[in-house]
Amino acid sequence: MFPASFEYVRAHSPDEAFDALQKHGYDGRVLAGGQSLIPAMRYRLARPAVLVDINPISELSYLKEEDGFLRIGATTRDAALEFAPWVRERYSLITSVSAVVADPIVRHMGTVVGSVCHNDPAGDWTATALAARGVVVIRGKEGLREVPIDEFLVDSYTTAVEEGEMALELKIPIPDARTQGSYQKIERKVGDYATCAAAVQLSLNEDGTIRQAGIAITAAGPIAMRVAAAEAMLIGQRPTLELLRAASEEAPKIATPNADQRGSAEYKKDMTRVLVGRGLKQALERLGAVSA
Amino acid sequence: MTEIKTEQPEKMAMGRSMKRKEDPRFLQGKGNYIDDINLKNQLYMALVHSPYPHANIKDIDSSAAMEVPGAVAVVTAKELDAHGVGWLPTFHGLDKQMVLANGKVLYQYQEVAACYAETREAAYDMAELVAVDYEPLEVVNDPYKAMTDEVLLRPDREAKTNHIYNWNVGDESGTDAALAASDHVIRQHITFPRVHAAPLEPCGCVAEFDAMGRLQFYVTSQAPHVYRTALFMVLGIPEDKIRVISPDLGGGFGNKVPIYPGYVCAIAGALVLQRPVKWIETRTENMTSSFARDYHMDIEIGASTDGTLTALKVNTVADHGAFDAAADPTKYPAGMFGVVTGSYQFPHAFANLDAYFTNKQPGGVAYRCSFRVTEASYLIERAMDILADDLKMDPTELRRKNFIRKDQFPYQTPLNFVYDSGDYEHTMDVALEKIGYTELLKEQAEKRARGELMGIGFSTFTEVTGAGPSKHFDILGIKMFDGAEIRIHPSGSGIIRTGTKSQGQGHETTWAQIVAEELGLDPQNFIVEEGDTDTAPYGLGTYASRSTPVAGGALALAARKIREKARKIAAHLLEVGEHDLEWKDYKFEVMGVPGQSVTMKEVAFAAYTNPGDNEPGLETTLYYDPPNMVFPHGTYVAVVDVDRETGETKVRRFLAVDDAGTIINPMIVEGQIHGGLTEGFAIAFMQEIAYDEAGNNLATNFTDYLVPTSLESPHWETAATCTPSPHHPIGAKSVGESPNVGSPAAFVNAVIDALSPLGVRHIDMPLSREKVWAAIRNAEQTHPAAD
Amino acid sequence: MTKTQNMEALGADFAGIDVPNIVTVSIRINGKVVTRAVPSRMLLVHFIREEAGLTGTHVGCDSSSCGVCTVLLDGSTPVKSCTMFAVMAHGRDVKTVESLAVGGTLHPVQQAFWDQHGLQCGYCTPGMMMTALALLERNPNPSEHDIREGLSGNLCRCTGYNNIVKAVQQAAGAMSASSAADPSAADD
Repeated sequence: MFPASFEYVRAHSPDEAFDALQKHGYDGRVLAGGQSLIPAMRYRLARPAVLVDINPISELSYLKEEDGFLRIGATTRDAALEFAPWVRERYSLITSVSAVVADPIVRHMGTVVGSVCHNDPAGDWTATALAARGVVVIRGKEGLREVPIDEFLVDSYTTAVEEGEMALELKIPIPDARTQGSYQKIERKVGDYATCAAAVQLSLNEDGTIRQAGIAITAAGPIAMRVAAAEAMLIGQRPTLELLRAASEEAPKIATPNADQRGSAEYKKDMTRVLVGRGLKQALERLGAVSA
Repeated sequence: MTEIKTEQPEKMAMGRSMKRKEDPRFLQGKGNYIDDINLKNQLYMALVHSPYPHANIKDIDSSAAMEVPGAVAVVTAKELDAHGVGWLPTFHGLDKQMVLANGKVLYQYQEVAACYAETREAAYDMAELVAVDYEPLEVVNDPYKAMTDEVLLRPDREAKTNHIYNWNVGDESGTDAALAASDHVIRQHITFPRVHAAPLEPCGCVAEFDAMGRLQFYVTSQAPHVYRTALFMVLGIPEDKIRVISPDLGGGFGNKVPIYPGYVCAIAGALVLQRPVKWIETRTENMTSSFARDYHMDIEIGASTDGTLTALKVNTVADHGAFDAAADPTKYPAGMFGVVTGSYQFPHAFANLDAYFTNKQPGGVAYRCSFRVTEASYLIERAMDILADDLKMDPTELRRKNFIRKDQFPYQTPLNFVYDSGDYEHTMDVALEKIGYTELLKEQAEKRARGELMGIGFSTFTEVTGAGPSKHFDILGIKMFDGAEIRIHPSGSGIIRTGTKSQGQGHETTWAQIVAEELGLDPQNFIVEEGDTDTAPYGLGTYASRSTPVAGGALALAARKIREKARKIAAHLLEVGEHDLEWKDYKFEVMGVPGQSVTMKEVAFAAYTNPGDNEPGLETTLYYDPPNMVFPHGTYVAVVDVDRETGETKVRRFLAVDDAGTIINPMIVEGQIHGGLTEGFAIAFMQEIAYDEAGNNLATNFTDYLVPTSLESPHWETAATCTPSPHHPIGAKSVGESPNVGSPAAFVNAVIDALSPLGVRHIDMPLSREKVWAAIRNAEQTHPAAD
Repeated sequence: MTKTQNMEALGADFAGIDVPNIVTVSIRINGKVVTRAVPSRMLLVHFIREEAGLTGTHVGCDSSSCGVCTVLLDGSTPVKSCTMFAVMAHGRDVKTVESLAVGGTLHPVQQAFWDQHGLQCGYCTPGMMMTALALLERNPNPSEHDIREGLSGNLCRCTGYNNIVKAVQQAAGAMSASSAADPSAADD
């Protein structure tokens, strides 16, 4: 199938992209990896009048640690995270996500920031950003602003990025040595969106109690959702299987998934429990803090 | 190279894993598929589809579409009707099909209008702008609802009912009496869901009327000759004015058997606009214009206490969608569903089937299946496990007790087939040993004690292929024989032509092997040409696993005919009488004089240089009408682990032991088995054309119709036994479809075996995680202590 | 400079009709630069097939699901050419299946697919081999699981993947053997 016609704007710098977006307003749309947008355009489910291609902006393609954050640029591909040895070594949550996003080829074009901005409730990076307490850097009229991921995700396919603005970066706090995570995903096959998934990240205090917990679920509501009650239940506690089970039972209480071909609401709700439970267990195993 | 160890001796060309002759062009991106064909000055066509499953069409306005830059024409049913091509006969012969929706649409995505434009993009822009005014009607998307006739779907037909036909075979009263007298009777409703063949290359065509007014029709067809004859019937164009060329096909699996409305629209456009027209299906068009299966079956099996089978009764409701476009032979409206007695001795059997229209896409194509054999095989193999479970017998012991024995062939079944040959017990024994059944049972017992869900599933299926003998089989009246033409050149190389059409099966290699073996020539020196109706002899094409049983037989007999002609020339060369020669070690040898011989290569040269009193040349054409069908069989074993919390099934091992009779190329046979198993796996666990309550098709592309990737697909183990067909010229049966026919039952039986400690008896395919999860949860709630 | 650099809108005569949103696209395909004025909405796969005339790269779906259109971008990055606009590849390097065999000699990946019967209908084969090449570039000694995972963006309907896995294993062996035989590539 063939997309509808559009005007193409090639941006070579963030300024050029921003100017084009300002000029075209709601008609303009950022083209990053295009891995969700282009299929949607082929089905003519999306028909932007103007595409602002930011792929040529080499200065937005970076993956680096700076000021306590992992900084992921707007054109940084999923594959860059998947194959960076230092990311694999120290970012267990991100590593387990980057291996299951879409399919291996799509990950070479798809971008992390683009996925977060697309804000599909079944996308993998939004729950990940919630669990890891990420921050999105947005370029607006007033310059740059930083929006915590909880505020960034507004509604399905809607974010804090306003008309004429663009997201430049996702920042993830660098995990310390006592932080581990896990992404648990049920998909019908490689390349499918998640039927249900859970992102989990835990940090321990020196005494083995839980210092910080990030727990979020994918495809369980209009947007990725933080399971705050489960997080609160864990903080300050010593991890036991009993406690993990209790925490995982908080997930289905807030989940409001839609029934679709991937499963009934009842099934997906139960899977939030199972996957949060498995994610917590795996994170703690990675921390060497719990035995089965 | 291959894992398959055949039981047959390796010969000069047969039984060898020769690398495929067709591969170099595919490997270099030089295949010639339909979308690679472009004719000068061609137009592109795009179709308008109905968003409604059932609606009246009140108006079609194409004025906005014609404003698109590059727009050339829009055609609707009105224009087609004016040319007398508004309707297509279906292959079945029982119905006709609208080319473009004629006053009303009967299924979602039905073709409503055709747009022709200078570019492909413009054609799609046009299709988006054709304004159709629909009046939605009540939707009937369930055959059980259709049978009430409350909503009449096809007022165009004389019979004012949604019932299409009844078909039955066997002895109903004897079966009923035997069931009533049986110690045990199991009853189960089992559905074989609606699925799609989904070859990676969608269908398409390029149509041109050349300077001589002759239709040059390039099309993705598994049966080019049938297309030519059918086009003559639809369009009234004489057959000599039609040339059908089927280029390289990117898979078919039955999807490229029907004649689709798009083809007729492309030809009509080419005729009216006097320019070539190209139409390539979108994936959505491919997914929504045909289907396979969709049988809703009720089975009853009777048995005595010791497990001896007494009777089988099947009642089936078939959902045919909007038109009865099933690609079944005329006399077999339910295909070869009568093979439902499987590999077992049933003293009594009766099968009944009623087919209905619904608001779903038409089809009923043979998806990697010899006309409804898959449904039948799945049903009996699933039901045998249910019976074994009820009788608390090992499923292999129940099968062993009831197998048709080796010494009973040819075996007349109660449902009118005569099985040619088989050794079911031997094949099953090979499988049990190779999979290590005893150890698996031990492992399973240990796991069950720990509450873990592990299952072992069997399928010991029998298939019927090779349609078929002209006394029984025809499509649109054309008997289902096949032709083969062989020409040997002076240097001993040659060309082979058949009426079949490979879609990846490797005919360019295996056909050469058959002929080379019969003639003692080098298979590398033959080219094989298929798919061009101007050059190939008539044949019914490649589907329903019929190529080797029918065309393969034609080739072997044609080669033997050439050998007989060669014998005369050899006699002339050796200056002896014809009857003094014997064909020995691939040479003509004077009987009793080992040194006195000529090779076929020498004879070939002589045929053109020194034929003596014989007619020069060495070539022949032969049509083969098989005396019977062939009956491949096999034993498949699946070993699965089921995740109790998520319902996820992991197929840990899968072994296929196939008996396809004589094997031409073990490497190719093994590849066919791997592919068929993967499609069987997909049907068992993933693939389904589902509909919602409103009749919306939920599987219109590869995001929702789940084709397995390398990661989901299990690693396949294979083995072979060899029971040649007694009546086939080289003893071959067929294999392309066996794995797709036989494997779904093995997968499902394994999952149900895993869940049997919980009391689960049956789950309909596809066995999605959720369905398995729901069955486990339901069982746990019903019998909380069941684990 | 802040002015948006729009691609030159040529308003060119395209197949005999006036079409807006025409852009000039220049792509180096298999070492040869192909420059055309095309609609901005043209997908890379159609540029490769119809503008460059290289029909070994196929189309099998509309949803970026099947991978039969896979080509290598800028060396060894596999991309689905149906999920890129041609204009996105402007100024970049694309390698298709037609680049593999040199002077009639099959590339080790092609040879391996042939030897191991890793293809049947051949429709997925070009994309499958391009992905396999990228995989082997990154991981010269992949396990069966690595191969199955690495190829999971490419569908095959015929082979059931067993023999594709074997083909990639053979190619891995052949390619590492040939790089070991090349003294300039050896470490010691």
